[in-house]
Amino acid sequence: MSDEKILEVKDLRTSFFIEGNEIKAVDGVTFDVPKGKTLGIVGESGSGKSISALSILQLIDSPGEIVGGEINFKGQNLLDYSEAQMRKVRGNQISMIFQEPMTSLNPVYTIGQQIREALKIHRGLDKKDGTEKSIELLELVGIPSPRKRVTQYPFELSGGMRQRVMIAMALACNPELLIADEPTTALDVTIQAQILELIKELQDEMGMSVVMITHDLGVVAETCDYVAVMYCGKVVEYADVKTLFKNPRHPYTVGLLNSLPRSDVDQEELIPIEGTVPAPHEMPDGCRFAPRCPFATDLCHSELPNLDDVGEGEQVRCWIYTDEWDGDPEVKVYEPEKRTSED
Amino acid sequence: MTVYIIRRILQLIPVLLGVTVLVFLLMHLTPGNPAQLMAGENAPPEMVAQIENRLGLNDPLPVQYFDYVVGVVQGDLGTSMRYNTPVIDEVAPRFWVTIELALYATVLSIFLGLIAGIISAVRQYSVADVSIMIVALFGLSMPNFWLGLMLMQWFSINLGWFPPTGWGSPEQILLPVITLGTAGAAIIARMTRSSMLEVISQDYIRTARAKGVKERIIIYKHALKNALIPVVTVVGLQFGALLAGAVLTEEVFAINGMGRLLVDSIMNRDFPVVQACILIISVVFVVVNLLVDISYKFLNKRIDLND
Repeated sequence: MSDEKILEVKDLRTSFFIEGNEIKAVDGVTFDVPKGKTLGIVGESGSGKSISALSILQLIDSPGEIVGGEINFKGQNLLDYSEAQMRKVRGNQISMIFQEPMTSLNPVYTIGQQIREALKIHRGLDKKDGTEKSIELLELVGIPSPRKRVTQYPFELSGGMRQRVMIAMALACNPELLIADEPTTALDVTIQAQILELIKELQDEMGMSVVMITHDLGVVAETCDYVAVMYCGKVVEYADVKTLFKNPRHPYTVGLLNSLPRSDVDQEELIPIEGTVPAPHEMPDGCRFAPRCPFATDLCHSELPNLDDVGEGEQVRCWIYTDEWDGDPEVKVYEPEKRTSED
Repeated sequence: MTVYIIRRILQLIPVLLGVTVLVFLLMHLTPGNPAQLMAGENAPPEMVAQIENRLGLNDPLPVQYFDYVVGVVQGDLGTSMRYNTPVIDEVAPRFWVTIELALYATVLSIFLGLIAGIISAVRQYSVADVSIMIVALFGLSMPNFWLGLMLMQWFSINLGWFPPTGWGSPEQILLPVITLGTAGAAIIARMTRSSMLEVISQDYIRTARAKGVKERIIIYKHALKNALIPVVTVVGLQFGALLAGAVLTEEVFAINGMGRLLVDSIMNRDFPVVQACILIISVVFVVVNLLVDISYKFLNKRIDLND
């Protein structure tokens, strides 16, 4: 973890103000993205992972608002930037691709017009140079006959092709950081693998860093170097990907892993996480996961643990790993053998 | 594209034939004998019979209809009963006045409606938005003859800025155009607002923001072109209402347009002129809606006109 950090998010808070109530969608999120590496942000729907990503580029629409924290990009806090300064960052130094390739492209402009726009804004390329560069980019993302594609409209392309176009558009200005918000969720499984591989290849080629937002631990295992697990607007565990899969610490992370099917052992059922995610307006006082946690004690229910270091750059937000822990001192959160079937 | 336009024009033929049937029957289903009307109340029966023969009123209806359609196709819209002149000579000069009035009113309503609608959508729930929507509600609810009379009262009679009647000079044109265009502007403003609000929340608008596009360009380039599709439909449909409104506006401002001619002809039972006016208004309406359909293709490439 001694690598240079391209992005450091500290105590980020983004809330939505609806009818006088504050809904804390992102509630003190902290994570780093080492340069040239991929950070995965994992969590269920509503855990705040997408809002965290949109907050980085300040693309939060009213009634949402970033209410606190720091977003340091190459040492500069983006939250101090003016809107005009942010526009120079968006699509230029930091790019983003989205979940829905079917609706993320403007239906009334050609592929070429849409890629060219970023090149015109950030590089000042005219129509002719912009078109040439667009064709190059389409070729780079593996779109066949790019010269023909630049003149086509989004509806003439399949979902996978459109996501490739989104990637081409995002990479137009050689960004240093790419934020991918569930880039494969809406795609067929075979196309998913292709898109992930493409992102990985381009990352190696261009040396950019990636924030990969997903709810799919399979995607994390394939593409990420580091992982932040989010639950109810907070990061509950941060570790490098190997450690996370080999030695998960937070009971929620363990729950996620246990609910994944495995191919290496004989397994009859998956173990689900009991209960449901609490609604935003009825967050528990203590640990957000306590009501669903098999190990929860009175302490867990009454007080929120901090995100503490627990070793080699790993952090976990759980009382079990603190001196204050009042439950069974021998508690084993992760028992790999438990995941094999009983008989 | 060309194939589509040709096909659409061919499709107009049955529609227009339907219109001629209705217009033709109009003359024959209304009570009263046109020959008697032409000859006068106290005319001798021989004279009435002579006129009936001349007009072919004793022929079977299908034969009369056929003669009528053949005449229309050749540009012969019949003879005015009141002036005893070819109908086309009565209608043609009036037609251009009405088209001019309707066109200016359309341009005004599109221009005002779009600007107001965009401002409303971009600043949703602001003072500007609420004021625009209240004004639009008034514009929509106000009968245009009343608006015309009020404008005339204030600007022509009290302030003396504009002549109260007539058509031709820019000063004469302004009040009738405002009178006729207000309702359309209100409808277009409301339509633009809701259409823009829907488009602004789309994913591709977020994509444009993520590219670093300026907010102004997002509104005018990325959002507006998508939002225009339903607005254009409304403009086409409004044109029919506009032609109807033109009748009242022409009456209020004493403009010698086709609307006024139509009303006068109905009063005087000058059926050939009534028929011609209705026929022409129908053709204009159908053609305008054809133009609207074609314009979709330029707004949204996804609409396949060959389907």
